[in-house]
Amino acid sequence: MLYREAGQFKTTYGADQQIFPILQDRIFVLAVIAAALLVVPLFASQYLYTEILIPFLILSLAAIGLNILVGYCGQVSLGTGGFMAVGAYAAYNLWLRVPEANNLIVVFLFGGLMSAAVGILFGIPSLRIKGFYLAVATLASQFFLDWLFARVKWLTNYTPSGSVAVGDTSAFGWKIDTPMERYLFILAFVVVATVVAKNLVRGHIGRSWMAIRDMDIAAEIIGFRPLRTKLTAFAVSSFFIGIAGAMWAFLRLGAWEPLAFDINRSFQILFMVIIGGLGSLLGSFLGAAFIVLTPIVLNQLPGWFGVKMSTALLSHLEFMVFGAMIVFFLIVEPHGLARLWAIAKEKLRLWPFPH
Amino acid sequence: MRLMKAALLGAAVAAAGLTVASGAQAQNEQFIPGLIYRTGAYAPNGIPFANGVADYYALVNERDGGINGVKILYEECDTGYATDRGVECYERLKGKGPTGAAYVNPLSTGITFALTEKAPVDKIPVISMGYGRSESRDGSVFQWNFPLLGTYWSAADIIMQHIALKEGGFEKLKGKKVVLVYHDSPYGKEPIALLEQRAKMHGFEFTPMPVTHPGVEQKATWLQIRQNRPDYVLLWGWGIMNSTSIKEAAAVGFPRDKMFGVWWSGAEPDVRPAEGGAKGYHAAMLQHGAGQFGVHADLKKFLYDKGKGVAKYDETGEVLYNRGLVNAMLGVESIRTAQKKFGNKPLTGEQVRWGIENLDLSAARLKELGFEGMLQPLKVSCQDHEGTRAGRVQQWDGAKWVVVSDWYQSDDKVLKPMVDAAAKKYAEEKKLPVRDCSKES
Repeated sequence: MLYREAGQFKTTYGADQQIFPILQDRIFVLAVIAAALLVVPLFASQYLYTEILIPFLILSLAAIGLNILVGYCGQVSLGTGGFMAVGAYAAYNLWLRVPEANNLIVVFLFGGLMSAAVGILFGIPSLRIKGFYLAVATLASQFFLDWLFARVKWLTNYTPSGSVAVGDTSAFGWKIDTPMERYLFILAFVVVATVVAKNLVRGHIGRSWMAIRDMDIAAEIIGFRPLRTKLTAFAVSSFFIGIAGAMWAFLRLGAWEPLAFDINRSFQILFMVIIGGLGSLLGSFLGAAFIVLTPIVLNQLPGWFGVKMSTALLSHLEFMVFGAMIVFFLIVEPHGLARLWAIAKEKLRLWPFPH
Repeated sequence: MRLMKAALLGAAVAAAGLTVASGAQAQNEQFIPGLIYRTGAYAPNGIPFANGVADYYALVNERDGGINGVKILYEECDTGYATDRGVECYERLKGKGPTGAAYVNPLSTGITFALTEKAPVDKIPVISMGYGRSESRDGSVFQWNFPLLGTYWSAADIIMQHIALKEGGFEKLKGKKVVLVYHDSPYGKEPIALLEQRAKMHGFEFTPMPVTHPGVEQKATWLQIRQNRPDYVLLWGWGIMNSTSIKEAAAVGFPRDKMFGVWWSGAEPDVRPAEGGAKGYHAAMLQHGAGQFGVHADLKKFLYDKGKGVAKYDETGEVLYNRGLVNAMLGVESIRTAQKKFGNKPLTGEQVRWGIENLDLSAARLKELGFEGMLQPLKVSCQDHEGTRAGRVQQWDGAKWVVVSDWYQSDDKVLKPMVDAAAKKYAEEKKLPVRDCSKES
């Protein structure tokens, strides 16, 4: 009844090609962004910022990056943690060694660019190896990068423990210190990055990625150069992941060791993409929300209802229920949470008079 | 559609829960968060420690009615030894109780590093008893960190002193080979700086060998050790890694009595799985060892006889359980110290910080508390957040831990310059103000 595009006429190509052609969608997305920007800071507690919203946003950005590579270009990667680490350590070294560059935007973009460069390097084998074999090759990059940051002392400024810390973070004179400031800064970054990603995937670059994903030989015959297409996907994907890694290190952890970006991080982000929905930016957000929030909610749920339980039982239950939920969602909708959302929208169009 | 409704309902319930997390609290209670782990690869070591901590707080509440009448409110959160989960636990618990968290024990060097950044902002002190950043004993830079009883540099120094004594002096170490098998994390890497310094001073050959988390795969490391034939192996492991190392040492035939673990590699769960293979293995002691002391009689009387203890009574003399007791006791005594200045009421983290910094436990007081024989007197100050640097060495005889050395003091002639340099570097990197300790009372 409310959600219906009847009567919305498009008179220009521009209007027809916009990101959200339906007015209701546009209003909804703008309302969500406005709420995140204006309403959340009115009531959010520090816990909500630092443990829910900030991790959710940063990992969403990483999931978008990985979704470009896996969902849009069809190149399976298990090296996400490694690329995040490249972003984090590149940003750290710039921040540490070039005092003039003490601007988070510069620092993060540098982290992203370094990560993109490393991504291109590890993307080169993708021309020859495909599918599961490529996944194994990217797994090698994960282990190599883990090793690099644990062993090359210069990268961690010779700290005895290999753990590095940052402080005094600012951008253009704005000191980003409190959880709210961090949240707003990350939100702005993620919104801009999402718009960029959306425009990339619906433009000719994104179409070339999808052509390669759907059938690489056919794509080559109709004129896409596989090497360039795949490497741009690796570069763009690693760029976003690198920025997410730098944010995770600077604005979430503050002090970190290579273990923060180990293989488990790679799996975590790959699961976000798979559960959220391959080839969907919305899916990246839904997947990140599911993976970040569910364990925390499950762990606290009995407490909210006043059920006293031993800490060990609580942790075990959390693992079991979380695993069961993943299996349940994948059985109900193998295309991910984004597909559930699309089905809901379809139904809403017919509501309240379905055929 | 039904599914969507269920999902939306679930989300709404979750959101409501997140905002209304804390309910009504009693006013005369001191909240203490417990970042522990009873699950995961480190659970065998995490459980006895967590039991000791929980039992001691319960004992103070049962026996004394709290700290000068202020009841302890204790809540556990399982971190699984993971840094991000530990930070989440900390954020979840830090604001509970009438005055927030009194202090936090991260029980993981990784989490300690992360909380070190948060402590000055939240004004909650971090007690990292026997772990954490070695340079954080310098209170002029690390105002909020308290690595009480000893740092990893102290531990490594005590082990090297013991080895030197057995060899007949530090000069006899020249040309010897020492290998460090370490957990590849900030925890395992901490002693490297001290051991490198000692190697330079005395001319022994030092090789660090990393083992990746969680440490069940060590064949390659021990093959290397078999080829190199080092004179001594130092072990910096935790959880399942410790027992695996000892088993591997037995498999390659490395003499166990030439193996020295840090105090986190010297408890019953580390040696028992190796059965006969662990006989002769040495470990440093964080002062206390295994066994039952004065405080255990109270535990029996007030908790275990009434069925209120969380462990089994037979387990209450184990190394890690005792460490949990010590850990909780130091926290409680810090709060008591702070109460002398601020009054017998629930205190804030900032007030408790003053209490830890002015903690002074004499031998008489330790006896009163039932910790005689477990601890030596300690005195914390602005300069020295460690309190004491004493330690001993124990050996597993196949059935129990036996103390085989006298007390050692880590050598401050070696440690102090390293601590000063590292703390100074940290302060410069982070652009932190440095406190002048001579002006503090």
